[in-house]
Amino acid sequence: MRNITAAAQAAIDHAAIDRSAPGEDIAVEVRGISKIYGDVEALRGIDLDFPRGRLTTLLGPSGCGKTTLLKIIAGLNEPSAGEIRVNGRPVTGPGPERAFVFQDFALMPWATVMRNVAFGLELRGMGKDERQAIARKYIAEVGLAGFEDKYPHELSGGMRQRVGLARAFAVNADVLLLDEPFSAVDEQNRRKFQEDLLRLVALENKTFIFVTHSIEEAVYVSDRIVILSRRPGRVAQIIEPEIDRTASPDAIRRDQSYLDTVEAIWQGLKRYVD
Amino acid sequence: MAAPLEVNGAVRVAPEAGPARRPLRGLLGAHPSLWRLASLGLFFLVWEIAGRIPISFAFPTFLETARAFLRLTLDGSFVTAYASTLQPLVIGIGISAVLGVGLGVAMGLSRTAEWLAAPVFIVLQAAPMAALIPLITFVYGIGLLSKTLAVIMLALPVIVLNGYKAVRNVNPSLVDMCRSFQGSAWQRIVKIIIPDASPVIFAGLRLGLAAGFIGVILAELLITPTGIGDLITYHRSVADYPEMYAAVVSIIVVSTLTLAALEAFELRVLRPEKRRG
Repeated sequence: MRNITAAAQAAIDHAAIDRSAPGEDIAVEVRGISKIYGDVEALRGIDLDFPRGRLTTLLGPSGCGKTTLLKIIAGLNEPSAGEIRVNGRPVTGPGPERAFVFQDFALMPWATVMRNVAFGLELRGMGKDERQAIARKYIAEVGLAGFEDKYPHELSGGMRQRVGLARAFAVNADVLLLDEPFSAVDEQNRRKFQEDLLRLVALENKTFIFVTHSIEEAVYVSDRIVILSRRPGRVAQIIEPEIDRTASPDAIRRDQSYLDTVEAIWQGLKRYVD
Repeated sequence: MAAPLEVNGAVRVAPEAGPARRPLRGLLGAHPSLWRLASLGLFFLVWEIAGRIPISFAFPTFLETARAFLRLTLDGSFVTAYASTLQPLVIGIGISAVLGVGLGVAMGLSRTAEWLAAPVFIVLQAAPMAALIPLITFVYGIGLLSKTLAVIMLALPVIVLNGYKAVRNVNPSLVDMCRSFQGSAWQRIVKIIIPDASPVIFAGLRLGLAAGFIGVILAELLITPTGIGDLITYHRSVADYPEMYAAVVSIIVVSTLTLAALEAFELRVLRPEKRRG
């Protein structure tokens, strides 16, 4: 485990120098983001860099604004102040380089798995055969081959979220934004899904930004964990769990470094819990 | 020799008592429409008994009514009557459906349209429309126009308000999903909002159609005696009660069949997943 909060703070102070530093390719930059809903201040002065090809988790107590930050990055919500840059270009709304995975799956109940997965491509006006070929590939990749003609209500929660994930992969975005994707999935399926996600992260080589409230989940799947404080949400700590992911999933869950990181994060978060 | 036979007989009777009932259950369970037929049969039986008591000299039995129904069908009375009744109904429902769904969806999508139109339709839906029908006659006379207007007045408000509520209650997460994949405003309406709202929009159309039937019959009873309304009025005036009841039953049958057809259309075209569910 490496606690890089101090380093990150220094990076912000000397932002210009740090960003030109070699080796760190930044996919998403968050600069001074604040969000105020009426008289509720949800986020205050967030500065963050999301390195390319890594899985970064936003972790924090409920109501800390982590989903709000993710939706601002997605371009679904407008920030009250600040700027998001993706691949160096400022964000003004949703864009093809980002894809979102929704907490409640957001599947069209009237459409088959095939049409749901291909929907992002359908909106772009891609021909039916072409988009179905791409969708079929990702349906197989998330382990749903054979379910192409099923409707969402015929699938379990875990399978529905796999459809949501396949839909996000199908549009071939650089950045995948996952909003508590496993929170509506039961525990056994969640573990299996987390393992599959790690496999897909390695396979797809994309930048993942992942929101969760589960410490274990964050430590298990993340290259980097950003801990947000309670409302108004600010960056409290940045941790890089240094866990050997080549080990088996069960070995990782018993790994001392894994357990130490979970404990350290819990000690840090405890003060935000009533 | 006699005793064993009796035993065998008794043994045979016992299992038969069970299965004898069970096939009936099994049959009804396998075909739910049989339950509906049984319910109708029971209703007709009660009707027949009530008619035979008789509860009123103007209340014919089921069989008399059925005979009158057959007679009116065979001599072409129903055909001519419905040719005349369905005209304002079809025109009125057609206009109400197009205008109502369009207006309702517009009101759901735009605050301006909502403020402009919603109060009018809320008042119209609450108003006792039958009382306004003489007013229509006063302004538009006794022709097809006033009958069509009567249908529209009854059918339009419920279609508009259902369309409006349906669009307002569309799953916001699906709308976000469409935005996040860069769907245009038009794609958002056509591919997400309307399909997601369609069950409630169709509930509005079904209610609108039922209200349209009320409208056209009211118009035929209150404005000009034509079509099926005339058939009812005429047979009442000459005390042909079986014929009068047959005409009433026919309109119930026609409206029920039309509503069922609309429901079947919705399942087939808009929500294919409901058919399997």
